[in-house]
Amino acid sequence: MDKIAIVGASQTKYERRKKGEIFYDMIYEVTTKAMEDADYTLEDIDNVITVSNDFLDGRTISCMAVQEAAGAHDKNVSTIEGDGAFGAFYGAMRVLGGFGTTLVVAHSKGSEGDPKIITNAMFDPIYHRLLGLDAISSSALQASVYMERYGITEQQCALVSVKNHKNAKNNPYAQLPMDITVDDVMRSKKIADPIKLLDCSPISDGAAAIIIANEKRAKKARTKPIWIKGVAHCSDAYFLGDRDLADPISLKDASKKAYAMAGIKDPMSEIDVVELYDAFTYMEPLWLEGMGICDAGQGGQLIEKGITVMDGKLPVNPSGGVLSAHPVLVAGLVRIIEAALQIRGEAGDHQIKGAKTALAHGINGPCGQSHCVWILGSK
Amino acid sequence: MGIDRKDTELLTVTFDKGMPYEWSIGKYGSRFFQEIKEHKRFLGTRCPKCGRVLVPPRRICGPCFQELDELVELSDTGTIMAFSVVNYPFIDPATGIQRPIPYTYGYINIDGSDNIFSHIINETDANKIKVGMKVRAVFKESQEMEGNIQDIKHFEIIR
Amino acid sequence: MARRVAIVGTGQTYHKSHRLDVNGRELINEAVTRALADCELSIADIDAIIIGNMDHFESINYVDTWSVEGSGGYMKPIMKVTTGGTTGSSVAIAGYYHVASGLFDKVLAIGWEKNSESDTTAAIVTCSDPIWDRFSYSGAIPSLATEASAYMEQYGATQEDAARVAVRERTHALNNPYAQMYNRPITIKDVMESPMLAYPIKLLDVCPRTDGACAVVFAAEGVAEKIAVRPAWVKSCSVRHTTTWFGDVDYNTGMLSLKRASKEAFEKAGIKDPVEEIDVAELYLPYSYAGLKWIEAIGFCGPGEGPKFIWDGNTDMGGKLPINPSGGVMCTNCIGATALLRVAEAAIQIMGKGEARQVPDVTNAMATGFGGCWWSDVVILGKDKPN
Repeated sequence: MDKIAIVGASQTKYERRKKGEIFYDMIYEVTTKAMEDADYTLEDIDNVITVSNDFLDGRTISCMAVQEAAGAHDKNVSTIEGDGAFGAFYGAMRVLGGFGTTLVVAHSKGSEGDPKIITNAMFDPIYHRLLGLDAISSSALQASVYMERYGITEQQCALVSVKNHKNAKNNPYAQLPMDITVDDVMRSKKIADPIKLLDCSPISDGAAAIIIANEKRAKKARTKPIWIKGVAHCSDAYFLGDRDLADPISLKDASKKAYAMAGIKDPMSEIDVVELYDAFTYMEPLWLEGMGICDAGQGGQLIEKGITVMDGKLPVNPSGGVLSAHPVLVAGLVRIIEAALQIRGEAGDHQIKGAKTALAHGINGPCGQSHCVWILGSK
Repeated sequence: MGIDRKDTELLTVTFDKGMPYEWSIGKYGSRFFQEIKEHKRFLGTRCPKCGRVLVPPRRICGPCFQELDELVELSDTGTIMAFSVVNYPFIDPATGIQRPIPYTYGYINIDGSDNIFSHIINETDANKIKVGMKVRAVFKESQEMEGNIQDIKHFEIIR
Repeated sequence: MARRVAIVGTGQTYHKSHRLDVNGRELINEAVTRALADCELSIADIDAIIIGNMDHFESINYVDTWSVEGSGGYMKPIMKVTTGGTTGSSVAIAGYYHVASGLFDKVLAIGWEKNSESDTTAAIVTCSDPIWDRFSYSGAIPSLATEASAYMEQYGATQEDAARVAVRERTHALNNPYAQMYNRPITIKDVMESPMLAYPIKLLDVCPRTDGACAVVFAAEGVAEKIAVRPAWVKSCSVRHTTTWFGDVDYNTGMLSLKRASKEAFEKAGIKDPVEEIDVAELYLPYSYAGLKWIEAIGFCGPGEGPKFIWDGNTDMGGKLPINPSGGVMCTNCIGATALLRVAEAAIQIMGKGEARQVPDVTNAMATGFGGCWWSDVVILGKDKPN
């Protein structure tokens, strides 16, 4: 793979309801800020990828609402519907495929639609949708399968919530910085057994943008280029009943490919920081297992031993993660941005000292059916 | 006993429930509806670069990629640039019921603006409507206005 | 360095207004199976998949993950591209970049739609801005009618001129057994006498609604030549989604997005005189008037010359520049697949697999997509490897 890098990044603050701002406003904000970050003008942007979802936006051809605000008026442009980590990957392919630079923007306003109905629409209309499955109830099924299989405890999951909300206190963009205890999580309202309120990510509004450049164009940017060392995606089967929900095989496959591209043999020792898609607490240990950071069933202990805290051996979600702000679609792009900021050394109060290699991760579909894994590096 | 596969009736599953949304209008858009309510006139934004006045008002001029902050008062009149008398039925997503036909969809250049504002014109006889005709907005009574596009009932031809 | 990329196989379903015999995934699978058979590959040979449709036509969220049983995406990289009417060409272009990036050698691009599963106009209406346009906007036809009446006013084009385009499409479809309007020829009189939908557009001036799917296999240089006897090389692709608001579309200056996208695509492909160098075009013409006006934007003839160019027979089979040998969008319109069908049909022409609809000696073929807010995508394919 030719050398390509992230040279600009920006995000909005994530909030429960950005009542005053339309998609257009949020996209204009992150587009201009990402260009400022790179010290690029619009002429330096060769092409644009927007990321949006018609169900979330309540609009057919949802990309139409933001093309102009992303500076795409007279540029080659396309749209990925799905998580921003996938959209960014397509943006990267377009740089490898001939463009000098790609701007990738993503927006969502969880506050404007009904997340239960929107995520219910992921499920098969013939067999599952009328049963009322949605993101929360399907994830609860996955959590119980996983916890039952390996004896992962609710307390271990609660520790993820405690850690990530605490980390969020050091991230000015996060929506839910909180000092909470395992007891608080355990006593929070049962949403869908075994998932309780504080095991869940919030409903969020926000947007984010990155600029990817080839080696030559990266030199023109103000920022230190953060190199894309490896990236891969993979999808498991669709019907939950066709999958082993406690075994994220598509994540394993994507991780293996991304590691091979990046020349990583032992992820635990070679990766300095992980930003993963923790829509619910149980996902953090489960995804870490899928990434090969630990063995199957060991995720709970990994959390318990403090390995993933800020000053642990492998900090996970120093930003506070998706648990602390969950703008759907944007969230995977935010993981990439946070990983890049860590390597730049510009993560502020949630900086991991000396981070040189970072993993970022996004998911699509119910219960992490499809995963996209990114390895970023300083060289 | 074998299963006879010859006469399977092909079935479909129906889902006809709407999805609720609450969309933000934005700063200038909110002001647009306020102007209609208070002064029964339109509001646009002017691009400092290309000079175009755009209505409904918006924050960015796409071709110039320029942020707009100059609000421009406009009247309640305009010119028909194009129109179409619509004769085919469809389910109006706003109401979930079939929209009565015919009705006239109009492209209107609001006086003092440089783009097109689209709305309904209350003339459905294609012989009585022409490109270039002047039209005036007919608004709801202020107390009935809800801050949405239907605060403008329709446009009527100035004869 | 970007790799050279070629289309090595295509597949499409038989198209009908209602395919009650298959669900969405099965429909997709029909196209995928045919595309793989066309290039004698199995799903195991495919390295990545791109899929596209328009969400609200079937009301499936996350179609990439929902579709895997039909698309063959199980344990493969798959992502979804959606840009409205241009979805099919956006999917094709994504297929191109997946391979050009050097990351994937053989990639499957899929477009599909089961238009029968919803009220198409109601779903299309929600593409307009919910705050400003949705109340008055009533689907694609009135805004196309607006464009048509402006064009007639400007150049004196007539309803008969447009009818001539409609007749051409149906005549061409006589050669394409896949077309929904296969074996349903019409006359100018039929068009003129069909019910008026929105002046000046009549029922036979517009595209139908179709259930159907299309799949196209893209492969890298070095691989493509081994798969296909005559791969269709991607010479260029260019996209312009110029406007965001319907009120900003200037109907009098022509299809700005198509003008710009065509210009860039021809430049990249080294084409200086399109009307001479393009041998066949599969254009996304959703209604007859586009067949007059939009070919002017591409540069096949001058402004206002569309009707004469058509009446002179240039765009008929056997003419100087046959347009839509397949019968085009007015004979088959499964929206998410429609623009991909244009690319597939253009590739078929290069590969010489057009059977009854084959144009002889095709060196360069052009495909377009149309959608959104007067947006255009252009793809140029060639018999020879691009420089």
